[in-house]
Amino acid sequence: MSLALPTPTAAMKSPNKVVEFCQQQPLGAVSFVIIFAMMFAGIFCELVAPYDPLAIDFASLLVAPSWEHWCGTDAFGRDICSRLIYGSRTALVIGFTSSFIGSTLGAMLGVASAYFGGRIDNWIQRVMDILLAFPLIVLALVVVAALRKFVIGGVDMNLIIAIAIPIIPRVARVVRAAALGVRVMPYVDAARAAGYSDSRIIFRHMAPNVVAPYLIMLTAFIAQAILAEASLSFLGLGVVEPTAAWGLMLSGNAADFYREAPWMILFPGAAISLAVFAFNLFGDVLRDYLDPRFKV
Amino acid sequence: MKRLLGTLSLALAAVAFAASPASAQTPKRGGNLNFAISAETPHYDCHASDTYATLHFSSPFYSTLLRYNLPKFPQIEGDLAKSWTLSPDKKTYTFVLHDGVKFHDGTPFTSADIKATYERLRNPTGGAVSNRKATFSDIEAIETPNPTTVVFKLKAVNASMLDHFASPWNCVYSAKDLAADANAPRTKINGTGPFTFVEHVKGSHVAGKRNESYFKKGLPYLDSYRGIFTLQAAAMLNALQGGQVLAEFRGVSPAERDRMVAAMGDKLRVEESSWTLNLLVAFNIEKPPFNDVRVRKALLMAIDRWGGSQGLSRISTLRSVGGVIRPGSPLATPEAELVKLPGFSKDIKKSREEAKKLLKEAGQENLKFTLWNRNLAMPYTPAGIFLVDQWRQIGVEVEHKQSDTAPYLAALRSGNYEVAVDFSNLFNDDATLALSKYLSHKNNPLNLSRANDDVIDDLYEKQLREGDVAKRKGFIQALEKRLFEQAYQQPLLWWHRIVLTHKTVMGWKMSPSHNLGGDLAEVWLNQ
Repeated sequence: MSLALPTPTAAMKSPNKVVEFCQQQPLGAVSFVIIFAMMFAGIFCELVAPYDPLAIDFASLLVAPSWEHWCGTDAFGRDICSRLIYGSRTALVIGFTSSFIGSTLGAMLGVASAYFGGRIDNWIQRVMDILLAFPLIVLALVVVAALRKFVIGGVDMNLIIAIAIPIIPRVARVVRAAALGVRVMPYVDAARAAGYSDSRIIFRHMAPNVVAPYLIMLTAFIAQAILAEASLSFLGLGVVEPTAAWGLMLSGNAADFYREAPWMILFPGAAISLAVFAFNLFGDVLRDYLDPRFKV
Repeated sequence: MKRLLGTLSLALAAVAFAASPASAQTPKRGGNLNFAISAETPHYDCHASDTYATLHFSSPFYSTLLRYNLPKFPQIEGDLAKSWTLSPDKKTYTFVLHDGVKFHDGTPFTSADIKATYERLRNPTGGAVSNRKATFSDIEAIETPNPTTVVFKLKAVNASMLDHFASPWNCVYSAKDLAADANAPRTKINGTGPFTFVEHVKGSHVAGKRNESYFKKGLPYLDSYRGIFTLQAAAMLNALQGGQVLAEFRGVSPAERDRMVAAMGDKLRVEESSWTLNLLVAFNIEKPPFNDVRVRKALLMAIDRWGGSQGLSRISTLRSVGGVIRPGSPLATPEAELVKLPGFSKDIKKSREEAKKLLKEAGQENLKFTLWNRNLAMPYTPAGIFLVDQWRQIGVEVEHKQSDTAPYLAALRSGNYEVAVDFSNLFNDDATLALSKYLSHKNNPLNLSRANDDVIDDLYEKQLREGDVAKRKGFIQALEKRLFEQAYQQPLLWWHRIVLTHKTVMGWKMSPSHNLGGDLAEVWLNQ
C-alpha cells in the first residue's frame, strides 16, 4: 500500500487550497487581487482603457463620474479612468524597476559586507549609515534634482535611480543581518576550505540563503517606490505631463479644481493608497510564507 | 439756510470720499513688502534678457531713460530724463537729464552713463549680450554735450523709437562699471533705482532696501521688499492666501483667481487686462527634419487654435487667437484674413488632412521629436499638453520636456532643441517691437528659429519707414503671411492677465504688460 501525497503543483491548483488560503489570509487574498488587477491593467492598458489617456476633449471639461466616464474627466477633458489605467503601468514600471535595482544592489552589498567582515564591512556599513540618515523621499528628492531627466523609452531612468538609491541601505542592513547567520554555517566553511572563490561562495552558497528577506524587502519597497514616484511627480520632479501618472494627476490643475471636481483627486488618491496597501500586505504574506518561524 | 448748506457740504464730502479711488489715499511710508516671483532669473542683466524673471528681480534697482505712464498707458513719461525734444526732421532726440542723481555706489549719474548704456544696447562688445540690438540699430550716434544732456542721432526716421526708449529692458548702467567689465551687470547690481540691493539667495529670494538718495524725493514709500521665488503655482497661491506674500505681479489663471476669491473674499484685489504676450511654437530650422518647410507647416496646421482657445481660456491664462500683433490692436490682422493663413483655419479636419499629406510628402509619417518647454505651470504646461495632443492627432509622437528657466533659455538660445514653446514678451502694441522677434537670426538673436530670411527683413524695414497707416498695415500682413508660409515660428495663443494682490498693497498699477511697473517706487502698504 502506498501513500499518495499531492505534489506542490497539484496543491496549488486545488480549489480547496485556494479557498483555504483565502480563509487563512483574507487580506493576502485581497492584496493578490489588487496587484493582479493592477498588473493586468498595466500590461493590457491599450485594451482595457476606454479612452486615449492623452486625448484632450474641451467639450467634456470636468465631467462628473458617469456611465460614459466612470471616474469623470479632468481639466483638459481627459478620461480619468483611462489615465488611472495607464498610470498603473507608470507606477509598476518605476515602482518595480527601482525596487528591484535598489533591493538587488542592497542585497549584494549586504551579503558581501557580512561575508568579508572587518574593515570592508565597517566601510560599507558606515556608508549605509550615512544614506540611512536621510528619509527615503528626501534622498530621492536630492538625487532627482541633481541628476535631472534622462528618458529612455518614455521612462525617466534618473527617476528610477533616485528612488533606488535610498532603498539600497535599507535592504543591505536587513540582508547583512541574515547573511551573518549564514556565514558561520559549516557549508560555507567547507566551501572556503575547498578553495572556492569569494564570488562563488557569495553568489552560489550565501545569496540563495538570504532570498527570503530579499524578496520580502523587494515587495515591501515596491509600495514605497510607488509612493515615492507619486510624491516626486506631485512635486514636479517626477514624470512630466501629459504622461498618465497617479502623483501627477494630483498636482497641476487638480489643485485649482478639486472643489468643483473632487473626482480629480479622489480616484488617483485611492489608486495610490490601494496599490501601497496591496504591496505592503503582499510583503507580509510573503514573509509569513517564507519565514520558517511563522510556520511553527 | 445754514443747515441746508451744512447738509449739502456733508453730502458732497461723502460723495467725494466714496468716489476717491484707493490709490488716491495718502501713501504711508515704511514696511516691508513680500511678493512672489514665479521664476528665478538666470542672471541680472536686463539688456540680455527677455523674461519677466529678470525684470521683477532687477527693476527696483534700476532706472530707465523714459518709461510708460501706466494709468495713461501707452503715454510715455520721463524717468531719468526730465524732458526731451525731437528735431523737425524727426531724426534727432535730445534728452535733458535729472541733476544730482547717484548710483548706489555713490558715483554721480551723467549723460555718459546713458551713452555707455545705449552703446551696449545697440552694439554690445566685450562679450556682452543685447537682445535689443535690432531695435536700436537706427541709432547712428550718441552725443553728450554736457553731463545733463544726451543727444541721439538716427540714421533714418523711426516711428517706434520713443517706445523703444521707454522699454523697461533698458536698465541704465554705470559707464564706470561697463568700462571695467562689459559683462558686469550680469552678476553685479549698481543702479539708480528706488531700492538698493541687499541679497540674492539662490532658490529663495531677492531683497532690497530703500535707496535713501533716490532722485525722486519722498520715494520709495517702502522700507524694503523681498521677492520670493515660488516656482510652484500651488505654493505661491498658498503663500498669498496665508499672507506670507502679499502679491504676485505676473498673473494667474482664471481657475486660480476663482479659488483665491472664494478663499480670501474681500481681502483680495483682482485686476484684469488683455496681455501683450503670446506663446509661440518655434522650430529650429537647423535641425532636420525641421529644415523642411513641409514638416514645419504640417505641424502648425495640425493645431486647432480656435477650439483650443475656448478650452484653454477656462483653465489657463491663454485666451485669444491672433497673429504677430496683439488681437484687437489697430495693426492686428482681422480674423477674416487670419483664417486664410496656415495654422489658423477653422476647418481643422481639412487642415489636419492636408498636414498629414505634407508629412507624407516629406517622408515624415512617423515623426518623433522632443518639445522643449518651460516648467512654469501657467500657461506653459497647459500649452505643452495641448500641443502634444494636437500633434498626436496627425500621428506625430512628441516627448514633452519641461525644465527650469535657466536651462530652458540656454537650450533655446544655443539652438540645442528641435521644437520649443517660446514666448514673445512685449511691453506695448508697437508693431516694430512685435515684428523684431521674427527678423533674421543674424540680425536678432531672439529669433530662436535661427531662420535668415531677406524677404522678412525687407518687409520689416518697409513697415518701419512707412508713415501711412494703411500701407504700413499692408507690409505687416505681408510679413506675417511670409512668416507663416515659411512656418519658422507662429504664435499659439495670446494671454489674458489677472493679477492678485492683498488689498493692503497700494500704489501698484495694472497694465497690459507684466514687464512694466516693476520698480515698486510708488507701492506702499496700508497697514
